[in-house]
Amino acid sequence: MARPGSSTPWRSDTPRTGVFTRRALLLMGGQVALLGGLAARLYQVQVIEGGRYATLAEENRISARLIAPPRGRMLDRFGTVVAGNRLNWRALLIAEQTTDATTTLDTFGRIVPLADYERARIERELRRHRRFIPIMVREFLTWEEMAAIEVNAPDLPGVLVDVGTTRMYPYGEQLAHVVGYVAPPAEADVADDPDLALPGIRVGRAGLEKDRDLDLRGTAGAVQLEVNALGRVIRELDRQEGTQGEELGLTLDTGLQQAVLHRLGDESASAVVLDCRNGEVLAMGTNPSFDPSLFNSGVSQAQWMEWSRDKRTPLLNRAIAGVYAPGSTFKMAVAMAALEARSITPGDVVYCPGYLDLGDARFHCWRKDGHGTLDLRGGIKNSCDVYFYETAKRVGIDRIAAMAHRLGLGTELEIDLPGQRPGFMPTRAWRIGHGHPWNLGDTVVSGIGQGYIQVTPLQLAVYAARVATGRKVEPHLTRKLGGVLQPGSKPTDWPSLGLSERSLHVVRDGMWAVVNEAGGTAPVARLPDPRWQMAGKTGSSQVRRVSREQREQGNFDSSKLPWQFRPHALFVCYAPYDSPRYALSVVVEHGNAGAAAAAPIARDIMIDVLQRDPAGHDELPGAQVAQREVTR
Amino acid sequence: MREGRLWRETSFDLGAKIWQVNWLYVALLCALAGVGYAALFSAAGGADEPYAARHVLRFATGLVLMIGIALVDIRFLARLAWPSYLVSLVLLVLVMRYGHVGKGAQRWLDIGGLQLQPSELMKIALVLALASWFHRASWERIGNPLFLIPPVIAVLVPVALIVKEPNLGTAVITAILGVAMLFAAGVRWWKFILLALPVPFAARLAYNHLHDYQRARIDTFLHPESDPLGAGYNIIQSKIALGSGGMWGKGFLQGTQGHLDFLPEKQTDFIFTMIGEEFGFAGGVAVMALLGLIVLGGMAIALRCRHQFGRLVAFGIAMNFFLYVFVNIAMVMGAIPVGGVPLPLVSHGGSAMITVMIGFGVLMSVHVHRDIEFGEVRAGL
Repeated sequence: MARPGSSTPWRSDTPRTGVFTRRALLLMGGQVALLGGLAARLYQVQVIEGGRYATLAEENRISARLIAPPRGRMLDRFGTVVAGNRLNWRALLIAEQTTDATTTLDTFGRIVPLADYERARIERELRRHRRFIPIMVREFLTWEEMAAIEVNAPDLPGVLVDVGTTRMYPYGEQLAHVVGYVAPPAEADVADDPDLALPGIRVGRAGLEKDRDLDLRGTAGAVQLEVNALGRVIRELDRQEGTQGEELGLTLDTGLQQAVLHRLGDESASAVVLDCRNGEVLAMGTNPSFDPSLFNSGVSQAQWMEWSRDKRTPLLNRAIAGVYAPGSTFKMAVAMAALEARSITPGDVVYCPGYLDLGDARFHCWRKDGHGTLDLRGGIKNSCDVYFYETAKRVGIDRIAAMAHRLGLGTELEIDLPGQRPGFMPTRAWRIGHGHPWNLGDTVVSGIGQGYIQVTPLQLAVYAARVATGRKVEPHLTRKLGGVLQPGSKPTDWPSLGLSERSLHVVRDGMWAVVNEAGGTAPVARLPDPRWQMAGKTGSSQVRRVSREQREQGNFDSSKLPWQFRPHALFVCYAPYDSPRYALSVVVEHGNAGAAAAAPIARDIMIDVLQRDPAGHDELPGAQVAQREVTR
Repeated sequence: MREGRLWRETSFDLGAKIWQVNWLYVALLCALAGVGYAALFSAAGGADEPYAARHVLRFATGLVLMIGIALVDIRFLARLAWPSYLVSLVLLVLVMRYGHVGKGAQRWLDIGGLQLQPSELMKIALVLALASWFHRASWERIGNPLFLIPPVIAVLVPVALIVKEPNLGTAVITAILGVAMLFAAGVRWWKFILLALPVPFAARLAYNHLHDYQRARIDTFLHPESDPLGAGYNIIQSKIALGSGGMWGKGFLQGTQGHLDFLPEKQTDFIFTMIGEEFGFAGGVAVMALLGLIVLGGMAIALRCRHQFGRLVAFGIAMNFFLYVFVNIAMVMGAIPVGGVPLPLVSHGGSAMITVMIGFGVLMSVHVHRDIEFGEVRAGL
């Protein structure tokens, strides 16, 4: 045992030292064994189970997101875009890139004014999202606004401008009812169709956008993003663009459409131009209209209220969903029914004293003094009510209804637009089915297109086309889908109506006389160019029964009535007379008289149509291309 | 010839001492710090800031400190043993009252901008104190249970204080370190067996008194999948990152899990996972081999030393380093419960680096003074 302070050789420690050496070596062995155990464990985790963990690691970092495909474009028959996709420049704010989001927004507001509700929305979203998620501050930026933001970029930390796409309608209100509009899908729809869960997707809600929604939608693309533990996107790994929806080629001629709408002016009116040989809708104008792009990001409450309060119903597509009594325009259908049923011959004459007495009821002709003796041609030419009272009486309501349906009236058409109304064509069975007798007076009134009969402007145009061609043409708006011409574009695609050419000729001749012969009801509609002759028929449909007192006062003038009680003015026509190509119907609501309000419009539109001759060209004639560039 | 070397009578001059420094061992430490630099460079997404550059700076500071301590006479260090133990104890008490609260525990003292973790200092001081106590003790005296009472108390007091911080990981490491020191000093086998018997009961008792987060660590260690986004998240993400590294790894700076922040604490506790993800099993084993060499090199210094104080000190410091390494690596692999233990010289963190280098300085002093004549230790300065 060593004493304190003395120097001791190390060998004297031998027992302790031996124990230390042995134990230290033992522990070193233990350390090596434990490290070896860790290495074995590492081998198990990294090499044996490595594959499984590698999969988990990829799942960790890769987030697949679907991207909405660009919606298919719509082109008119000459390739002009009527519904496309516009780049939508948006200002975004990333909160973490600015020291003070409020200050940045204040600065932004001085450059591009932000409304209070916008500020509230932005601040709500800022609170709700993580600080690195971009918040949309303002979309649909103009060039000026973008430039202002870029110039002030140093004062706007965290603000960035990016681009998405949005639906664009270059013709806006002018084609709103035909093209329709898109809107974000309703939540109920999203549950049924997972495709609709895509961010930024829009679905067609009206018009062709709705009818052809699936064709236009395309298939979704996918993007693989690398995300970090917080879900922040680090970079894009892979992108598969979706396929754009099919391109829809329309039958419309936008130049003509603009001309039609221009001619309709401020009236609540509609006009439909058909290629009467194949049913292609060349123009479908309806007034008033609305801005379809308003639906893109959701319509405001105030805008809805405004539309629903408006008596002129801007959201209604009058051409297919506006129903009117056809008035005298119906007389060709009555004539055809009678001729085909051999109830009358073209030569049968009727004497018109200005009225027809039926029992104790008296039915007046529009001409108080009467027309005297008329044959069928004269009846149409003069639009003599008594002639058609008598004819209807002879042929009977059921045969008139059947003929009307054959000619496209009061029945649903195959038009590729949602929301068309069938109108109405009464029959004896219908009336009796409702527990009322069918009176002869009902037949007589039906003979001049009044009473229960209701038709749409589109039906009237189809009616004119069918009379002109004798074929069962159906109206349609789709000409090409994905560049492929669709069936129905050739005149021979449509079957014959099975009407005798003789009967048709008599009726057409009467329509020719209406416009072109002295004493016809619509000489105003005569075309100035002698090469072209138009056949047509006027119509005025009462919206209110004319009382006996008014009539007996003798100076009854419907144009003095309040607007909403005045008769509708109608005109149907086709041209050229000898080789019919274009059919047209014009309905001016409360226009008072067809000859005065509708016929001049129809004449001007028809002149325009014949000059443009859209059905005669597959490509736009050079002169018109130049003109269209100017009008756009 | 080594056998022929005699005790160096007293001290020898500074120039001779520098030649005695084990430069190979220093090179191993530099290599490990280099691994740390690379890993921290990657953890910052391929940049020196904010971790890697400071890491190098700290290591350089630590290296100077280490060489400085290595040149201090080991007998002087022995005289400092108990005073440094008492100072560490006072610091441990201070940290309870004035320490910084981090992650639910009071662990740091801020002294003039330097963050100090007294529990780390205490481990070195404890090694020195125990070595000093057993330096002169004969084999017979060590057999006397009464002689063992003061060193056992010297272990239990700091362990109790560290548990109270609470820093369970460091407390367990300190306790194991103390036990290993007693074992190496020659305390009889049967006493350790007697000590081991009540451990299961004590563990049960301790578990009931643990903080919720500590209990959660043990629970998630036992069933990590029970709460994948909660307490089990760290372990699962660490295993995913390691496992996805495979045999050869994803390549330097190519690790996805670490760079995308799926891996928590990647620059500190989970730095080894980062290395495993980028360099694979091969890289992980290479780093473990380097760590093993440092441990065994320390043990070799202990075996080579010719005085008991030096042997015990070198053993204690090598053991402390091993415990650090083992707990950290086992933790990131999900082999033991997670517990805030960094990987020495690799993980980002200033105070740990300095204390580790102080420890290696003492170890190196043992090596430099391995043959020096060493009598009674006189406590005090």
